[in-house]
Amino acid sequence: MEKSINIKVKVWRQAGPKVKGMFETYELNNISTDASFLEMIDILNEKLVQEHKEPIAFDHDCREGICGMCSLYINGHPHGPDQAITTCQLHMRKFHDGETITIEPWRSRAFPVIKDLIVDRNAYDKIMQAGGYVNVNTGGIPDANAIPIPKPVADEAMDAASCIGCGACAAACKNGSAMLFVAAKVSQLALLPQGKIEKAARAKAMVAKMDELGFGNCTNTGACEAECPKSVSITHIARLNREYIGAKFKD
Amino acid sequence: MNDSIKIENGVFTTPVPEGPLAEKWTNYKSHQKLVNPANKRRLDIIVVGTGLAGASAAASLGELGFNVLNFCIQDSPRRAHSIAAQGGINAAKNYQNDGDSIYRLYYDTIKGGDYRAREANVYRLAEVSNDIIDQCVAQGVPFAREYGGLLDNRSFGGAQVSRTFYAKGQTGQQLLLGAYSALSRQIHKGSVKLFTRHEMLDVVLVKDKDGVERARGIIARNLITGKLERFFAHAVVIATGGYGNAFFLSTNAMASNGSAAIQCYKKGAFFANPCFAQIHPTCIPVHGDYQSKLTLMSESLRNDGRIWVPKKKEDAEALRAGKMKPTEIKDEDRDFYLERRYPAFGNLVPRDVASRAAKERCDAGFGVNNTGLAVYLDFKYAIERLGRDAVEARYGNLFQMYEKIVDENPYETPMMIFPAIHYTMGGIWVDYDLQTSIKGLFAIGEANFSDHGANRLGASALMQGLADGYFVLPYTIQNYLADQIQEPRLSTDLPEFVQAEQAVKDKITRMLNIKGKRSVDSIHKELGHVMWDNVGMARTEESLKEAMVRIKEIKKEFWSNVYIPGSSSDFNVELEKAIRLADFIEVGYLMALDGLNRNESCGGHFREEYQTAEGEALRQDDKYSYAACWLYKGEDQDPELIKEDLKYEFTIRAQRNYKS
Repeated sequence: MEKSINIKVKVWRQAGPKVKGMFETYELNNISTDASFLEMIDILNEKLVQEHKEPIAFDHDCREGICGMCSLYINGHPHGPDQAITTCQLHMRKFHDGETITIEPWRSRAFPVIKDLIVDRNAYDKIMQAGGYVNVNTGGIPDANAIPIPKPVADEAMDAASCIGCGACAAACKNGSAMLFVAAKVSQLALLPQGKIEKAARAKAMVAKMDELGFGNCTNTGACEAECPKSVSITHIARLNREYIGAKFKD
Repeated sequence: MNDSIKIENGVFTTPVPEGPLAEKWTNYKSHQKLVNPANKRRLDIIVVGTGLAGASAAASLGELGFNVLNFCIQDSPRRAHSIAAQGGINAAKNYQNDGDSIYRLYYDTIKGGDYRAREANVYRLAEVSNDIIDQCVAQGVPFAREYGGLLDNRSFGGAQVSRTFYAKGQTGQQLLLGAYSALSRQIHKGSVKLFTRHEMLDVVLVKDKDGVERARGIIARNLITGKLERFFAHAVVIATGGYGNAFFLSTNAMASNGSAAIQCYKKGAFFANPCFAQIHPTCIPVHGDYQSKLTLMSESLRNDGRIWVPKKKEDAEALRAGKMKPTEIKDEDRDFYLERRYPAFGNLVPRDVASRAAKERCDAGFGVNNTGLAVYLDFKYAIERLGRDAVEARYGNLFQMYEKIVDENPYETPMMIFPAIHYTMGGIWVDYDLQTSIKGLFAIGEANFSDHGANRLGASALMQGLADGYFVLPYTIQNYLADQIQEPRLSTDLPEFVQAEQAVKDKITRMLNIKGKRSVDSIHKELGHVMWDNVGMARTEESLKEAMVRIKEIKKEFWSNVYIPGSSSDFNVELEKAIRLADFIEVGYLMALDGLNRNESCGGHFREEYQTAEGEALRQDDKYSYAACWLYKGEDQDPELIKEDLKYEFTIRAQRNYKS
């Protein structure tokens, strides 16, 4: 049932990439537990604007858990305390009256802060550009049913493909590794006959780019899977390792 | 102006290729002008937007060898709101052997749009639909499959065949990631240059040696630094989506906006059929004033969910007061009103019909939820028929999404749904080449007005976005560019670029200097209420006139009393929102004006004065068989109405019938 709570939010404020940041604490009263977490920040920002203060900058867009734009470290967890959802799907009913909620940007070397809670995630795009695709041009493609794909294989590829590229995996990892993100794409395409042809080259190119961009190594802590809003499984990392090692042996 | 437009007495027709409907596109491709590979390298194309239409166009044009500059406002092209489309994409493959064909997909689309689209364009859309599925599979899109390994289909509203391809409830995501991967590949090759966190703020027109104005570039704002930047290209493609956020609460993403369309309109591009907006029937109902957006539940749920309200008013009252649970109401006391009213299509009537039927029941006092503004979508019957596991396999992620938002378990109690603004069929006018009324300026995807007439069928937005980007624009833009190969790259120091940038700068300065009392959001919410109450699911002459008066007042309030913190030379989200809101106010006014002009009901545009005895939309084909094109005439004047006459040569127009 709907009720209201009074909370404090401790928010990371940082005016720009090279400026020193700090926490600011704000009090908010009568927040409906049916409000989403981002609507709570909207309410706070509306208040700040009314007081002629600078509102908190944060990334968000679709607000239905699919675009991957929203981020936020909430009480020490990427996308907050609830399981298998993004920050925009988190609701205030998960917090209690009188609680102090700490909100930070992604904390990872490869994701520098741009402003307040907004970070630069271009590194993920760069990894994709290095090889996260099948080399086909538009047009001249055989019929879609020409190559049957076993349903379990298609389903597993779909599970890998459900990654939204939000960056929670790298942000959750104590090593700042992007392995789950890379593995999800390598695994999706390696499973499907259309992507199999280039699987070795793809794994090598994407891993090389990941290393170049300053992401850390994977030590199998499993934090990425635990914090992934789409519950992408670390078994895909095992497949990536297999593809990568196989490709290196062939070299 | 685009020389395919010859206006006589305020009316024009636009040329389409010769021949029977099924041969027009082939004829076009056989005779169109092409650009040879060496010349492609010398031509620059700007594509604004990275959704299904923008990303597929940028990738395909890059593959062909053009130099593409691609812009998006988010931090990555993969965030575009196409990502949120859930249910699926239509194609006329007839894999189910259930009687589908290109003609039938064409017919369903033009009928679903209530005969307010151009026949030749719609037929082409149906024709290229099959290529899209092949293309996506080749990219590694993991569509749902049958146990035998072949592709699976589901049904969507407005069709009696199963032609919708899907990837769980995340079809838009998978198709966009496919287009994004093709785009990433071209970025890697260097044929596409990507500009993220850049927002187009104006289109730049330059006169050629014959004095004809052509689109030659854009002014964009770097959203991180706040700096205005100038970009040149031989052609500009707008792929920025729809303007549904004029309603504040919609199923669109927070940053989805109609600003690029308004910029083009103010530079002379026709804005066509702005009043054609789609209200989607299955959204999670509104819960509070602080609400920031409405969440859509995929139309695919109507495959297996049954929509109902209580038959007895006292039950509805008890439900609203929380004294009764929906599961306590017996089957015989439930009114499955869509099945009752539309036996042939049942729960799968088109979106506009389903939305109005829900409103009719709620207005009559049978609505549920504490607001009385909701109806039930019940999976009890599907679970009895198929088992919980099968329902979970089909809709699991949608059920999870519902539960996270509403805090109720849809496996145990019916979902509550209510209509919300979702998609805009209207948009920038384009000809058969997808060229606007300004030469060298193209519009694709939801940003144009082209293929859906007065109402779009489910799973057709993804189809149109990818059709335009992969298979139509890469051909038609060459028909224009073939004449531009002699044009050198222009300097962005030309006076046209300098003046356009200065105008944007002046506008921003004016906004920042208002320093009033109202936040951007508070004014946007006020606009949204006016739109929903007066320009929503049912409109009247009176409500539209009131909307126009109220929107003028809101415009005045914005330009005299908005408060925007911060400066223009910074990452300033409030300023971004303010720039977009100024344009939403213009869009809202155009929607009301266009709705007032159109004295008929068709598709998503329902004027209460024009309905049949059974309450269905009543078209006036003798008077309104045209696309209403609005030509900008200056800041304080109403735009001029110019009509594109829609000739129906191949299709007989009947009143839409989903009953038998």
